[in-house]
Amino acid sequence: MSIGLHHYLILSAVLFTLSIAGIFINRRNLILLLMCIEIMLLSVNFNFIAFSRYLGDEAGQIFVFFILTVAAAEAAIGLGILVVLFRNLKSINVQNLDSMKG
Amino acid sequence: MHSIHLLIILAPLLAAVVVGFFGHRIGRAGSHWLTILAVGISFVLSSIVLYQLYWGGLEAENYKLYTWAISNEIAMEIGFLIDNLTALMIVVVSFVSLMVHIYTIGYMRDDPGYQRFFSYISLFTFSMLILVMSNNFLQLFFGWEAVGLFSYLLIGFWYQRESAILANLKAFLINRVGDFGFILGIAAIVMYTNSLDYVTVFANAENISSQNIEIFSGISWNAMSVICILLFIGAMGKSAQAPLHVWLPDSMEGPTPISALIHAATMVTAGIFMVARMSPLFEYSETALSVVLVVGSFTAFFMGLLGVVQNDIKRLIAYSTLSQLGYMTVALGVSAYSVAIFHLMTHAFFKALLFLAAGSVIIAMHHEQDIRNMGGLKKYMPLTYFTALAGSLALIGFPGTSGFFSKDIIIEAVKHSHWMGQGIIYWISYLSVLLGVFVTALYTFRMFFLVFHGEEHMDRKTKKDLHESPPVITIPLILLAIPSLIAGWVTIETVLFNNYFEGAIFVTGLHNSLQGLASEFTGSFNFLLHSLKSSPVFYLSISGVATSWFFYIQRPDIRGMISLKLSGLRNLLINKYYFDDLWVKGFAAGGRQVGYFLWKKGDELIIDGLIVNGIANNIRQLALILRNIQTGFLYHYAFIMIIGLTFILGWLLWYR
Repeated sequence: MSIGLHHYLILSAVLFTLSIAGIFINRRNLILLLMCIEIMLLSVNFNFIAFSRYLGDEAGQIFVFFILTVAAAEAAIGLGILVVLFRNLKSINVQNLDSMKG
Repeated sequence: MHSIHLLIILAPLLAAVVVGFFGHRIGRAGSHWLTILAVGISFVLSSIVLYQLYWGGLEAENYKLYTWAISNEIAMEIGFLIDNLTALMIVVVSFVSLMVHIYTIGYMRDDPGYQRFFSYISLFTFSMLILVMSNNFLQLFFGWEAVGLFSYLLIGFWYQRESAILANLKAFLINRVGDFGFILGIAAIVMYTNSLDYVTVFANAENISSQNIEIFSGISWNAMSVICILLFIGAMGKSAQAPLHVWLPDSMEGPTPISALIHAATMVTAGIFMVARMSPLFEYSETALSVVLVVGSFTAFFMGLLGVVQNDIKRLIAYSTLSQLGYMTVALGVSAYSVAIFHLMTHAFFKALLFLAAGSVIIAMHHEQDIRNMGGLKKYMPLTYFTALAGSLALIGFPGTSGFFSKDIIIEAVKHSHWMGQGIIYWISYLSVLLGVFVTALYTFRMFFLVFHGEEHMDRKTKKDLHESPPVITIPLILLAIPSLIAGWVTIETVLFNNYFEGAIFVTGLHNSLQGLASEFTGSFNFLLHSLKSSPVFYLSISGVATSWFFYIQRPDIRGMISLKLSGLRNLLINKYYFDDLWVKGFAAGGRQVGYFLWKKGDELIIDGLIVNGIANNIRQLALILRNIQTGFLYHYAFIMIIGLTFILGWLLWYR
């Protein structure tokens, strides 16, 4: 059985769905949330690579590098914010973060 | 001549402005000299105008002085119409005003508002002159409102008295009712003729009278009747015709010179003058003339009757003024406009005289106004006595006095006004004016006997220093007594039967109730003899005098018995037919009730409660519900975002 485009797309969709589920099923840890966002980005990267190969266009793979770079920067900023948050609240529990409540 | 006209108006205005602003600098004497000089100038120049118009052969003049504004081709101008009617009016106004100015020196001698008073009466004179000299409706309306304003200011001259404030408020408000009709009438005229100018409007009179106006849909009225009745409502307010008369007796709260000048001789006759001036309009509406006639007859008789039970000397004369204004209105109603003006003139003299004489008595009595507390003043105040006698005789129409001629002609005019048929209106008005003569004589001499004859009812202190008033008071009395006695005799032929008002007053041939009289008229003396022989007027007035003599001098004791017997009637009269209650308790209190209701229910409940605060409260309630959506949890927001994204994407994919 050869691995075709649709397998990659299904994998990507599964990863994306998992990460979404992770975002709103997870009610504890903010780090998990950040990780879920990373996975979401990776699943998009999968799509890019798969289509790049399928269409024979390298621009998609170059895009993946950009996205990875941005994701790394984002993760760094996210973790930085997380540290500041922890210093202020002494907690990274998602359920305690309700200061936006109306 | 134009500069003379202008000077007649501007002299009192300038004097009033100077006295009003610099009164305290130029002092009391300066103030009264300046205003008297100014009004004197007006009087002399007015006399010159009259002389030149009538004897000098000058033509009537109608010219515009200044265009104030032109809006939609309607010119708003200031202009003068100087014809015989105007000339007569300005002479009467400035003469009475001059007398009152002189009299005021004595009457207001100790008043702290001396300069203010002179300023006001000069301004009033100015307004009245501008009213009668106007050649267009705008200026007429200006003068109309200005005299109303000064009347208001002068009734409330003693503004620390609560009763004076109530009285001037009442006068002002009731006049507003009339003015509302008046301005609607002017508006209707502008609507039909697109002009404010008298001449243009009068030229269109026939055209207007052929049109109909539908104010409420389905009911069509003659346009001219509507206009004339609206204008007459204005006249009812200003000339105090029932039921808008209630302000006039109350206006006696003002100082007596004001009562004489404004509320007897001049301002209240503005309505009569206006209707006479509008005769080319009124002639085209018999409906309006009938209304005028009925209102006038009612006022003439029933208001006179109220004078019989009044005890305040000034109020008594005020009711007499109402009744006499009613006579003038009756004359207008039978199209005898010239007679109305004639009576206006004679009435101005003798009523001003009576008021000033009453003022003289009031000063002597130390501001006691109740005639029951007077009596026997004849021997203390001979000059006042004789002038008051002259005024009273003129008022009751004693043969030979001015009032006799004017009143008798009114009654004759009513008698000859057959054009309405011999219907009920004819008889009501004829009987009213006839019986009115008796009533007039009754209350006039009731006052006269109670004040000057009979027992002395005043307290000892007042009695001790009773004395005749100073010359500044008695000289105007004498000067007014002369025309009161002779003005009718010498002017009746000129004013009424010599086409004096030709061109100023218009009467259609059918309505001309004076025509028969004019052909019979052969001089004042013959007229006198003729009316003694043929008309009951003289006998009615003599019997009125005799009745009051019997009840107040001969047998004062049986009065109590009669008033007990007729207590129902007496209560009706004392309560002034409940007209005051109708206005004060009915309309004024009703208005307050409506206002209170609108305040409590409309404003506080609906606007404040339901709308302003209601909307705020509703939004607050809604927000309290909606805030539950905002949990503040990140995953809720993310979830909603995802759901939303899914729906939008789904919609984009499948439905586009």
